[in-house]
Amino acid sequence: MLEQTVQIVSNEPDPTDLYFRLVMSAPRIAPLVQPGQFVHLRIQSIKDALLRRPFSIFQVSGDTVSILYKNVGKGTDALSRMRPAQDLSLIGPLGHGFTVPPPGGESPLLVAGGYGMAALYLLAQRSPQKGIVFVGGRRRVDILCQDEFQSLGWEVRATTEDGSHGGKGLVTQPLLAELRSGTAGRKLFACGPTPMLRAVGRIAEEFNLPAELSMDEHMCCGVGVCLTCVIPVKTGADWEYQRTCTEGPVFDSTRIAWDANS
Amino acid sequence: MNLSVQIGTLKLQNPVLVASGTFGYGAEYSELIDLNQLGAVVVKGIRLGPVRGNPTPRTVEVASGLINAIGLQGPGVDGFIKKYWPFLKLLKVPTIINIWGTTVEEYAEVARRFDALGGVGALELNVSCPNIKEGGAQFGTDVKLLGEVVAACRQSTRLPLITKLSPNVVSIAPYARAAEDAGSDALSIMNSYPAMAIDIKTRKPSLGNVTGGLTGPCIKPIAIKLVWEAAAAVKIPIIGMGGIQTATDAIEFLMAGATAVAVGTATFYEPRTAVQVIAGVREFMQSHGIEDVRELVGSVRAAK
Ligand SMILES: Cc1cc2nc3c(=O)[nH]c(=O)nc-3n(C[C@H](O)[C@H](O)[C@H](O)COP(=O)(O)OP(=O)(O)OC[C@H]3O[C@@H](n4cnc5c(N)ncnc54)[C@H](O)[C@@H]3O)c2cc1C
Ligand SMILES: Cc1cc2nc3c(=O)[nH]c(=O)nc-3n(C[C@H](O)[C@H](O)[C@H](O)COP(=O)(O)O)c2cc1C
Ligand code: FES
Repeated sequence: MLEQTVQIVSNEPDPTDLYFRLVMSAPRIAPLVQPGQFVHLRIQSIKDALLRRPFSIFQVSGDTVSILYKNVGKGTDALSRMRPAQDLSLIGPLGHGFTVPPPGGESPLLVAGGYGMAALYLLAQRSPQKGIVFVGGRRRVDILCQDEFQSLGWEVRATTEDGSHGGKGLVTQPLLAELRSGTAGRKLFACGPTPMLRAVGRIAEEFNLPAELSMDEHMCCGVGVCLTCVIPVKTGADWEYQRTCTEGPVFDSTRIAWDANS
Repeated sequence: MNLSVQIGTLKLQNPVLVASGTFGYGAEYSELIDLNQLGAVVVKGIRLGPVRGNPTPRTVEVASGLINAIGLQGPGVDGFIKKYWPFLKLLKVPTIINIWGTTVEEYAEVARRFDALGGVGALELNVSCPNIKEGGAQFGTDVKLLGEVVAACRQSTRLPLITKLSPNVVSIAPYARAAEDAGSDALSIMNSYPAMAIDIKTRKPSLGNVTGGLTGPCIKPIAIKLVWEAAAAVKIPIIGMGGIQTATDAIEFLMAGATAVAVGTATFYEPRTAVQVIAGVREFMQSHGIEDVRELVGSVRAAK
């Protein structure tokens, strides 16, 4: 974990101004990154909003680290207006990421919703076994970086809720179809909205497959001190709140106590 | 140039601390800052047993501030000693332990346990957490109860006692005096201010606990006024906090009457804030020919 002032290399819409790709020169952080980790970014130009914003690390290339972000509010909007050569303060890499399968180990099936694709890219790149990535979104624009996964030699199966790209429906439908054809040696890795993660957790249980889920919780400090970002995690017969910024964001799906809060 | 100050029998190398609940148990930030530069490390509130904490969402960002309702999640005294104390006891700077309970007896017992541990710098009694129904705030908003809690802790330990006061009172002077009279060595002012936010899209409160405590730059003027009032009412030193982001903010607290200050919410977005504040205070002293930081304390030119 380091705090570094980094320079923006590029910050381009992908492909419309709903999503952006931000590439930063971060020579001290880049070599440390593990798949599924995130950076905590300070966007100085947000009026009267103080906190850093967390983003999954999308790609690492030489000295650069990039993120893929959706413009959803004041922080991401201010970020989308920043230009090359401007500075940002970055803390990272943070969190406990995905377990890269060992050579000859599990064959990975990735499940992504929207910008969840970003968190899975490094895992696909570093996994010795190639597999299938199931990606879902509301519309065509929400299906991100399909080409890049294909260039890595992965098969991409896309679904959109409105049917404007790939199959029509939810990302879990083609996943279920694939699992019905066989489960031996497979492992699920997922990142996306919480309802999708929960559905993937259920599917893993049903098919008796291991699954690692990257949980999306609001964060404040990002480094484990404030206890904002907790989720209920099983501890024997009981459960406790654990931090997604430190113990997570990636958790083994069997450890999550989904119903503890209700 | 002298930056050191004294809180009861505890000597601090400089007057800049970190605020309880914003710095975990110290180790978390040790990769980002040199903890040994701080005046002291102050840990998250601890009661006798483990505490699960409140449902999420636990914090919400608001204009120039933050509302939190963490619910004092923590490992309890034994869990703390096992997990976090081995790191903290090796630091060169003192550790101040923030403690709380749901009864006077529990406060006293926690104080006794930390007294027996050895090596603790001081105890900070949190009688002002707005996020726990059965404990915390009730002691901080009732002068009589406050006196009882402080007196019971005083009998349980010879460690310096710092009483952390609530801002949620009509006048802070009687509370400051009650703590002083009951044997408190110092005061911390202020804890978070009761607050609430609503998500208009869902019509739900933004926090799982519905209400929480407001902190960050937006509360600084409130804290300055409380420190100024308390300083006029008591002789014991005050640790001022609430919205400190810069050395300028810290110096304002010193001038209002604080002997030391603590940085809280700002650490979340800029982990090096406390260290930068120390450097900034030193620079201010240099450029103004101030030899001793204590010259600044209470130096506001106001008719009291
Ligand atoms: C570990 C982690 C990894 C993430 N990775 C990415 C990523 O790769 N790409 C990306 O685009 N986003 C990612 N996010 C979400 C991103 O942090 C938020 O979208 C961002 O903080 C919003 O900031 P804002 O100021 O633009 O929005 P605000 O103005 O603060 O809020 C606008 C809206 O965004 C929602 N929002 C705020 N924070 C989150 C959050 N943590 N999760 C979901 N919704 C949120 C708010 O509820 C609100 O509705 C990640 C979040 C986490 C916790
Ligand atoms: C997330 C969070 C957790 C806190 N936890 C505690 C606590 O456990 N005990 C305590 O006495 N104060 C706690 N506080 C209050 C701070 O110590 C401090 O009094 C307050 O935040 C004001 O300072 P600031 O504006 O610089 O943050 C907490 C504050 C925040 C933001
Ligand atoms: S965001 Fe502060 S503990 Fe995780």
